[in-house]
Order: sequence, then C-alpha cells, then structure tokens
Amino acid sequence: MAEAPTETLSGKQAVLEKLPDHPALKAILAWNADALTDALFDRGELTLTVAPESICEAAATVLAAGYNAFEDMTAVDWLPSEPRFQVSYHILSHQYKERIRLRAWVDGADPSIESITSVWPGANYYEREVFDLFGIRFDGHPNLRRILMPEDWVGHPLRKDYPVEGYR
Amino acid sequence: MTIDVGTPILQAPPAEGARDQHMVLNMGPQHPSTHGVLRLVLEIDGEIIVRLYPEIGYLHTGIEKTCEAKFYQQVVPLTDRVDYLGPMANNLCYCLAVEKLLGLEIPERAQWIRVLLTELTRLNSHLIWLGTHAMDIGALTVFLYTFREREEILRIFEAVSGQRMMTSYFRIGGLSMEPPLDLFDRIQTFIKTFPEKIDEYSNLLTGNPIFRNRLMGVGYLSPQDAIALAVTGPTMRASGVDFDLRRDMPYSSYEKFQFKVPVSDRCDCWGRYEVRLEEMRQSVGIIQQALDGMPGGSIKADAPKVVLPDREKMKTQMEALIHHFKIVTEGFNVPAGEVYQGIESGHGQMGYYVISDGTAKPYRVHMRYPGFASLQALETMCKGRMLADVVAVIGSIDIVLGEIDR
Repeated sequence: MAEAPTETLSGKQAVLEKLPDHPALKAILAWNADALTDALFDRGELTLTVAPESICEAAATVLAAGYNAFEDMTAVDWLPSEPRFQVSYHILSHQYKERIRLRAWVDGADPSIESITSVWPGANYYEREVFDLFGIRFDGHPNLRRILMPEDWVGHPLRKDYPVEGYR
Repeated sequence: MTIDVGTPILQAPPAEGARDQHMVLNMGPQHPSTHGVLRLVLEIDGEIIVRLYPEIGYLHTGIEKTCEAKFYQQVVPLTDRVDYLGPMANNLCYCLAVEKLLGLEIPERAQWIRVLLTELTRLNSHLIWLGTHAMDIGALTVFLYTFREREEILRIFEAVSGQRMMTSYFRIGGLSMEPPLDLFDRIQTFIKTFPEKIDEYSNLLTGNPIFRNRLMGVGYLSPQDAIALAVTGPTMRASGVDFDLRRDMPYSSYEKFQFKVPVSDRCDCWGRYEVRLEEMRQSVGIIQQALDGMPGGSIKADAPKVVLPDREKMKTQMEALIHHFKIVTEGFNVPAGEVYQGIESGHGQMGYYVISDGTAKPYRVHMRYPGFASLQALETMCKGRMLADVVAVIGSIDIVLGEIDR
C-alpha cells in the first residue's frame, strides 16, 4: 500500500473512509459487513476485528482476497475486563507485500473459538499453543492437546491470573 | 476457498501400529540428529515412514511469561536465548517492534551496523546448519571447516559486544555502544576470504555422490504445502516461493542494499542446500556494501527518556544522571498499542508481537519463530520415505529447539 496514511485511524467508519480500496477490507465488506465489528489503523498496521463465530469465514475471505500466507497467531489475556481474551491472527500477502491482523474477542467463561486449520493447516501448532497456554478451545481442531507444557499440567501459564513463578 | 494439502497432517500421536506389521519407533529427545531435544514418534512399515509425530516442549522455559514481568529494556537479553544461534536477529526484531511502538527514529549509522551484524549472524546460523547437516549425512569434515569460520564470527561478536553468543548488543533506540575501532577492518578481512571458504564447502559437498544421493529428491515440499503450513525462509524459497522480508517488506534500511534472493524450484533437501549456500554469498555482498557505505553519526536515537546517556555525560551532567537513574530503576513508559514486527532471520520469518498497556513493562510479548512452523511440515516431507531420510530432512529445515519451545 503506497498511499498508506501515517495517522492513527480508530473505528470502523474512519478506516473505511481513508482506506476504501484496501483489498482485505473490501473483501470482508463484500462478504458480510456486519461481521466486521471494528477496525483500526495504527502504526502502519491494519487490524480488523471480526465476530468470533465468523473467524473461519473471515480467514477464508481474506485468503481469497490475496492474503495467502498465515504467519502467526496468538492470544492476549485482558483480565479482568470482559470479553477476556483477544485472539490475533497475522496474515501476510505475498502479492501486496503487506500484513493484516484479524482479531476476535472471546469470553472468559468457557472460552472457545472456531479453528482456522481448515483454511490454513499451518495454524495447527499455533492453536495448540494458545490452547495450552491460555486454555482457549478451538472447535474443529484435528488434534487439540497440549504442545509445550506436559500433558498432565494443571492451569494455563500465560493467563494473567497465573503467577509468573508458578504455583507452589 | 481453502488450500489443498497433499497429505492430511498431524493427527494424534501413534500409540501402536495401525496394522500388525507396523512398528512405533521413538526417536529422541536425546538424539544427535534432532539438533537439540526434539522427540519424534514414528510409525514405520519396515523402513518406510507411515506417520510421523513431533513431540516438542522439552526446552520450554516460559520466556513469553517472563517478558511480562520485565522492563522493556530488560527483555533484550532474554531474546538472545530464544534462538541461540542467531542472537543479533532476535535483538533486532524485538528492538524494531518496541521502537515502532515508541515511534523512535533510529540514526542511519545504527541501522547500518544492525544490518551488518545481522548478516554476520545469518552467516553464523547458516554455518552451523551446514556443518551439522553435513555431519548428519556422514560428511564429518565439513563440520570442522565451518566451525573454523564460525569461530572468527564469534570473536567479532565478542569484540563488538563482549559476548560470544548472548550478545544483547542492540538496544531499544540504537546500539549499546560504539563498535571498537578495528572492527570494520576485521570484518573486511574475514569477508575477503570467506567466499573462498564457501567454495571450499561446496567442493567438499556439491560433487560428493553420497551427499547428493542423500539429499536429491528427498523431503519434497510443494510450494502450496509450504505456504499452507506456514513454512518460511530458505525452506520456503527452496520450494519455489519467491518471498523475502528483507527485499519485499524492508526494515532497518535494507531497501538501500542490493542483493538477490536465491530461489530454487527443486522443492527438496538439495534445493534447500543450494539456496542457503547462495544466501551466504549474498550476505557477504550485503556486508561488503555495509562496510563500504557505512555512514557516520550517532549510534543512539535522540530520546533521552528511552536511551541511556553516554557514561561521560552521565557523570558530568545532572540531567543525564537523572535520566539514567530513572531508566534503570523505573524503565520507560511505552504508549499503549500493539505492533507486529517481522524480520527475515537465518531460519525464516521471525516476528515479535508486542502489546503495551502504557506502562514500563510489556503487557504481552509473543514471538513467532520459523522453526515452530517448519516442524509442522516434517510429516508431509517424510511420509512414504525411508527412515534414514528423516535425519536428512530434519537437517535441511534448519530448526533450533530453543526457538521452537521458547
């Protein structure tokens, strides 16, 4: 994106006005404008917040729009606010040489979100890592089990209510 | 729209053979060819791999959790320890991410020195890969040769930072100190002879019939699979995907350097060998350009509240002393927000996702390391091949378990 704005654009309206031709944004709007709950353009990075139940379709939409390479995903625990977990996906476009961030909010009670492994099989380990360290379940994941911590570990270490030095 | 992957991957670990004549074999975690503590559970039919399941986490130290309890500048030494073969690349990626959050302008000289040292790090990382990979295949000699050159790189690192491996030389806002006076001459001397050394390795391996037969046609990974499985770096480029963050999304003034991105469409271990060997040659070119055009000026950004003052100023000026004291004891506040910074490390695309809540400690640091994703593709590459090929494939994807387990 050559003509990327330098200022921060906060909110769906502001981003839509300034970046009407953004391929990912256009594709998402064409697919389902209601699923896009928020948008943010900050420090040269575009964040699109989508409803958690439609994350898989949103991923497939941006994939079809040219954002072909899944790069990274992780979660953030915003305890004590609710919804508690933010799940972020970083998706790279080899064609546009640009990265976007998809974001979904997940409730703290029995957190779960759709798995995107059907769109990018490479998300497999990343979702297992988030499941292991945050305790967020991924529906439709082919092999959802702990990956870094031992199988019999109790608790999810990257949650904010888990002490840095562990339980004694 | 979904991506079609040749073989379905990564189901539950095989507990027992699906058929009577199948055997489940455990490989690792203490096995020399797994480059650390990687455990593979293999289901084999005779010598043919039916399923392969990597078991990781043996080196998990919870670095991401530790980062949340440290000041921003205290995280830099932690990053060295993640991918311990490419310390400067880790430092660079983290510093770039925090600098993006802060909106800091880094002086040109600091950026160029960063490029220079990051490329030396790439050489370091590739040398270890070449030595250990060849050793896995049975060519023991190359290991001794590559470690001879690596030793000189480590000495250069020691001269510049005081440490051979855990350098922590880059700081948020620039570099920790001006490099020693003879450093550039020393790197120049090293670079002058290094292309001959690459030829030397090539002479030992490229024509070697055993090495050729062990790598050619082994570990096939199609371009579609490489992208679908989030494989990056030289492994992806050896599958014919022409993408390199240094060229396509430049950072730290890489746009000012001329270099080629080697790509091979062989999609096998041999392609990965060729790509990395050529990458070393290109790195030498980048280092030469950095030495020739090294700009003068400061090595630290003009941000007294973030960058530690010079010792001289700290001892003579009251204000500098106050800043020094505040930064060391209280850290510095970083404006709230989230950034993702990706760079091209020796192994592939590395990324740091840093989230600030406006305080002096990062709210969350997530590290994306290439080995973690490359490991997912191991089954796709090994399935249907011989047991001995697994060793060649592990060597060719160049993983470091420190970066996988974090």
